[in-house]
Amino acid sequence: MTGKLGLDPVLVARARELARRAGQPVVELARSHTTVSVERAVLRLAGVAGADPDGIPWVNRLVDAVVADVGLGHGVALPVFDALVREQLTDVTLLAQKAAAGSVRFVVPSGRAATAARRAARRAVAVGIRQIDRRRVERDRLVRRYGDPRQRPWIYLIVATGDIYEDIPQAQAAARAGADVIAVIRSTGQSLLDYVPEGATREGFAGTYATQENFRLMRAALDSSSKELGRYVRLTNYASGLCMPEMATLAGLERLDMMLNDSMYGILFRDINPVRTFVDQRFSRKVHARAGIVINTGEDNYLTTADAVEEAHTVTVSQLLNEYFAHEAGLADRQLGLGHAFEINPDVPESFRLELAHALLARELFPDAPLKWMPPTKHMTGDVFRGNLLDGFFNLVGAMTGQGILLVGMMTEAVVTPWLSDRDIALQNVRYVLGAAGGLHEDFVPAPGGFIQQRAHRVLGEAVRLLERIGEQSLLTAIAEGTFGIMKRPADRGKGLAGVARHEADYYNPATEILERPV
Amino acid sequence: MSGAVVRPYGDTTGDGMVQVSFTLPVPHDKRGEGAAVQLANRMGIDPAMLVHAKQMGDGFTFFVVYGRVNHLVDLSAVRVVERDFPLLSAKEVNAVVKRRLRRKLSVVGACIGTDAHTVGIDAILNVKGVAGEKGLEYYRELSVTNLGAQVSVPELVEAARVARADAVLVSQVVTQRDAHLHNTREMSAAFREAMPAGRRPLLIVGGPRFDESQAAELGVDRIFGRGTTPGEVASYLVHALVSRRVKVA
Repeated sequence: MTGKLGLDPVLVARARELARRAGQPVVELARSHTTVSVERAVLRLAGVAGADPDGIPWVNRLVDAVVADVGLGHGVALPVFDALVREQLTDVTLLAQKAAAGSVRFVVPSGRAATAARRAARRAVAVGIRQIDRRRVERDRLVRRYGDPRQRPWIYLIVATGDIYEDIPQAQAAARAGADVIAVIRSTGQSLLDYVPEGATREGFAGTYATQENFRLMRAALDSSSKELGRYVRLTNYASGLCMPEMATLAGLERLDMMLNDSMYGILFRDINPVRTFVDQRFSRKVHARAGIVINTGEDNYLTTADAVEEAHTVTVSQLLNEYFAHEAGLADRQLGLGHAFEINPDVPESFRLELAHALLARELFPDAPLKWMPPTKHMTGDVFRGNLLDGFFNLVGAMTGQGILLVGMMTEAVVTPWLSDRDIALQNVRYVLGAAGGLHEDFVPAPGGFIQQRAHRVLGEAVRLLERIGEQSLLTAIAEGTFGIMKRPADRGKGLAGVARHEADYYNPATEILERPV
Repeated sequence: MSGAVVRPYGDTTGDGMVQVSFTLPVPHDKRGEGAAVQLANRMGIDPAMLVHAKQMGDGFTFFVVYGRVNHLVDLSAVRVVERDFPLLSAKEVNAVVKRRLRRKLSVVGACIGTDAHTVGIDAILNVKGVAGEKGLEYYRELSVTNLGAQVSVPELVEAARVARADAVLVSQVVTQRDAHLHNTREMSAAFREAMPAGRRPLLIVGGPRFDESQAAELGVDRIFGRGTTPGEVASYLVHALVSRRVKVA
């Protein structure tokens, strides 16, 4: 289904080239820096697990201990595995415990000691990556056994009670009612924690903490739902915030299927330092690529703060940048759930036609990506009746433009966290629209030169002009000046900056080494 | 309107008709429907017409009930916070500040606690504004510092001090476990502790779930609820900080 908009292929190629040029310096930055969270992810792959009695994970204690002795710029793999040999230990978690007690000193090994540490680190990390590989194979097998959803778009539903043991029956009920993808919203503020909480959790604010144990519990529950329903039910969480690389790693280890993973969201909406974000993002995307995880990007968020008509082209620009960064990290097109949203003020004349134009533009620019279509939130007023109608139109755009993943809109958006009945009504809405008009994208071809084509061309043109402007300065400057979603985020500010270091000449990261080797 | 007694209006004055919907943790059967009607009766709906019932999953049923409610409302007994200040245009706000204050009026805004929803504070502060009305950044005589999301209370107090804030605006959207109330109390207590009464900025909170009459209880000067526009906030600022203070002086 290409060519409905008559987009100029030369202009499309130019847009991609400009995105590549804007993104390349950022990739260079990411290749030459590391962060505490990248290093903690490496340790998690090497098998460090658990937390101290205060709930601070051993990976945090170990990285902090290494940083205190030798800094971050060498990476932690060599100092840690060198110390392991010197301390005559085999268990890295035990080393972390000793280091936290202050009884281990770390050095950067050289010569034979460095070679030995390198080999040991690589061997340990390879075990974790093999586990991710096994999980991927397991997913492929389960998808073959139970099958994919019968329809497109896949129906994506959120649960968020704060208590994993409440989330589980809700998620299973949602799957039974038709959800193909379950997302467990994280507790408000988790993205700004510089550690991943441990264990099963029963208390969260507007969401449930993302922990390895919660991942495992929910995946196991959805595996039994998949068996019951005869279709593989996917699980989503968030690789964002200060622990993005660790979240990606835990998702790979516990066979999550999709992860929210935007290249700029943390910078713009959580005020996380831009360099920290880009470094963390590149590592996490490499893990996602390896784990067969579909990423969901967060362009919908721009439209919640900026005007959805005037700023439509910033969504396109961000999608192109997300695509470039994702390809660079090794993700395939089928793993790119690029985001966009139905957020135009419904009082704007022709708002539905504008939405169609924008949604179709995304579809045609990224024909092989699943695309994640996000429901209205900004103009949901508390009038639940009008909200349900708006959600119906949102679903219709999704059907008419062949979107891959449809996040189910709730009529009680901005009122309460969804009730059981809200979810049921919302799913009825989706089922009605997909049942009545699921194949409409086959017939829907906008008139040549008409309103929808013209609008799409205009947005693409504006996107190219913005990419040109970014190319004249740099992406970091554009972010600093508030180009995306109005927020101004300079590269030398923001949360998590202290956890960033430039690579020393002897920096070693066995995970990156293994992940960058062609499989 | 004082003394007027009203009841809900369906299609005839005084018919008292309402519709409600709810879920009961029961399967959809005769007994479940009976339970729904009985609940509606207890809510004062009599007769209650059960117009829709649908089972969801295993043990839940969603009901829609229409019926006549036998409660009345005496309008003279309704207590609300009415707007007690004149609504000014941006131009008038600027003129009053310039003439009476003779310096820019400094406003500091933030979402505090773990609340990451900047929608509210941005709607009031960003030039972009809301519903076609420009935000406070657009007002020439206001100097606006928008700290954004997830600002800690100490950070906010410090920023207010640095900006010599005349007013501090705090937005709270997340209300789970009454986070908005706890955060507001923590914020007002911190300002009381950090600054003497005469030097304290005007404290204003806003959010969709606040009760506008709770200002004193939460230790703030004013609460703005759902649907507040930047113009109302600007008019209030002028009223509270410029007009009233000058009159007193």
